[in-house]
Amino acid sequence: MAETAVLSTGSAAPRSRRRRNWVPYALLLPGLLWLVVFFVLPMVTLASQSLQEGNVDDGYVFTFNVGIYLDALKQYWPQYLRSLLYAGTATVLALLLAYPLAYFIAQKAGRHKNLLLVLVIAPFFTSFLIRTLAWRTILSDDWFVTQWAQALHITDLLQAVGLTANDSLLSSRFAVIMGLTYNFLPFMILPLYTSLERLDPRLIEAAGDLYASPWQTFRKVTWPLSLPGVVAGTLLTFIPAAGDFINARLLGTTQTTMIGSVIDSQFLRVLDYPLAAALSFILLITIVSLVSVYVRRAGTEELL
Amino acid sequence: MKWIKKHLIAFAALAVLGYMLVPNVIVAAFSFNDPKGKFNYNFNEFSTEAWTNPCGAQGICESLGLSLQIGVIASLSATVLGAMIAFALGRYRFRGRSATNLLIFMPMATPEVVMGSSLLTLFLMLGVPSGRTAILIAHIMFCVSFVVVAVKARVATLDPKLEEAAADLGANPTQTFLRVTLPLAAPGIAAGALLAFSLSFDDYIITNFNASPSSITFPMYVWGAAARGVPVQVYVIGTVMFLLALIVVMTAQLISSRRHRQVV
Repeated sequence: MAETAVLSTGSAAPRSRRRRNWVPYALLLPGLLWLVVFFVLPMVTLASQSLQEGNVDDGYVFTFNVGIYLDALKQYWPQYLRSLLYAGTATVLALLLAYPLAYFIAQKAGRHKNLLLVLVIAPFFTSFLIRTLAWRTILSDDWFVTQWAQALHITDLLQAVGLTANDSLLSSRFAVIMGLTYNFLPFMILPLYTSLERLDPRLIEAAGDLYASPWQTFRKVTWPLSLPGVVAGTLLTFIPAAGDFINARLLGTTQTTMIGSVIDSQFLRVLDYPLAAALSFILLITIVSLVSVYVRRAGTEELL
Repeated sequence: MKWIKKHLIAFAALAVLGYMLVPNVIVAAFSFNDPKGKFNYNFNEFSTEAWTNPCGAQGICESLGLSLQIGVIASLSATVLGAMIAFALGRYRFRGRSATNLLIFMPMATPEVVMGSSLLTLFLMLGVPSGRTAILIAHIMFCVSFVVVAVKARVATLDPKLEEAAADLGANPTQTFLRVTLPLAAPGIAAGALLAFSLSFDDYIITNFNASPSSITFPMYVWGAAARGVPVQVYVIGTVMFLLALIVVMTAQLISSRRHRQVV
């Protein structure tokens, strides 16, 4: 016994560690190489493409044409602003909706926990395009949802605050924001669930024993302890929502076009590569700066 | 008061779950529709036509086959690459750790439209033709990070003493890895692979930047259908995928809970 202990702690372990120093690098190499070549390098070619002039037939020349960024912003700032506003609203709504569900699954569901988690993830497998098409049915004028909303004057209210343009729910800002909230809700629920599951229910009991009201308990105990999940969830919702254009195209109108749509059509239909690349790069810079400010302010370094 | 509050949360939770599941119920119901026009938006008449003839719409099963093929290859490759990174992060100390974490985090913090378009500029510059290979490259790229997160979460909960014990009992590093670490990390690896498959299978935005007319994936088919007219078969496939996912995940959980009970 003593001999093996000495062997494993004394001489063998350090030697094996020194000898196997290359192992982590060997494990990292293929995956990181893939990311460098197909994620980092494309960012460089994207930036370079945006500073070139020319056309598809005659080819492109690098001219360091920075002016294109001003043109892009001048022409498309409403779409940028709209994307950030829609994505921001959808993120707040998703947080409000996801929190009670994540809390319930993590703390109250007992033996139904796994079933509920499966139900959160399973809709993913029906292509999200099909599910967004289903919303076209749900929100269509002939269905009871719109008719009830009209009867209860909810449509008037939505129209008054500018979320819809007429009596319908479909083809409006309301439908687009609702679709974004719906589509990215699981990305909010799962990180929230992970951090709420770690929350020791005895802390909540203790707060109650010390005469904290339920609201005080939430504000002083539950919410601070769930912050890592809140930060991860809001990022995983906001980022894809800001670049999304599926919801805007399927549930909105030409008045709700988001920047992703502009980038997509400039690249694939208009074939104006430099402008499209500049638009894409501006979106990247905007998101990266917003995210880094947010992460720093939220103070969570260990997102991964 | 406590009773009301407790049930208020339950009520809110179930309402949100309902909001999440309503479209799936609609998709299932409308898979039995015989629509009047080209679009399957209004319920007209009950019919099992689409269920008995799921490949009845032109090109739909070819696109489904391509998506399944890409999904399997991309998720398996991303799982191998991602699990290796996760083991390195979870089990070793090395220089460049924070740079690695940043590189893993970045693809998750980048909108899909930026990833898709930037890859397109790379492929244009290198002369790589768009199509199946380009799609595969892109899918592996955006899946790796999610696999790393899933596997790393599992590896972090493993007790390193188990591996030390294996080493003390004379297992060499390869044996320790294959017979202790890998089986213990298997649920995380499976979760990562499943997540990668679903991300790949469902992706439209990045795929669209790198696809060619001969490589129409299922989401691209649905997108095209949304403009031209949606065949009912789309809803049948959506329903089948939903049910398959439910069955696969529930079976996996049954197996793992039974194994858990045996161990305990």
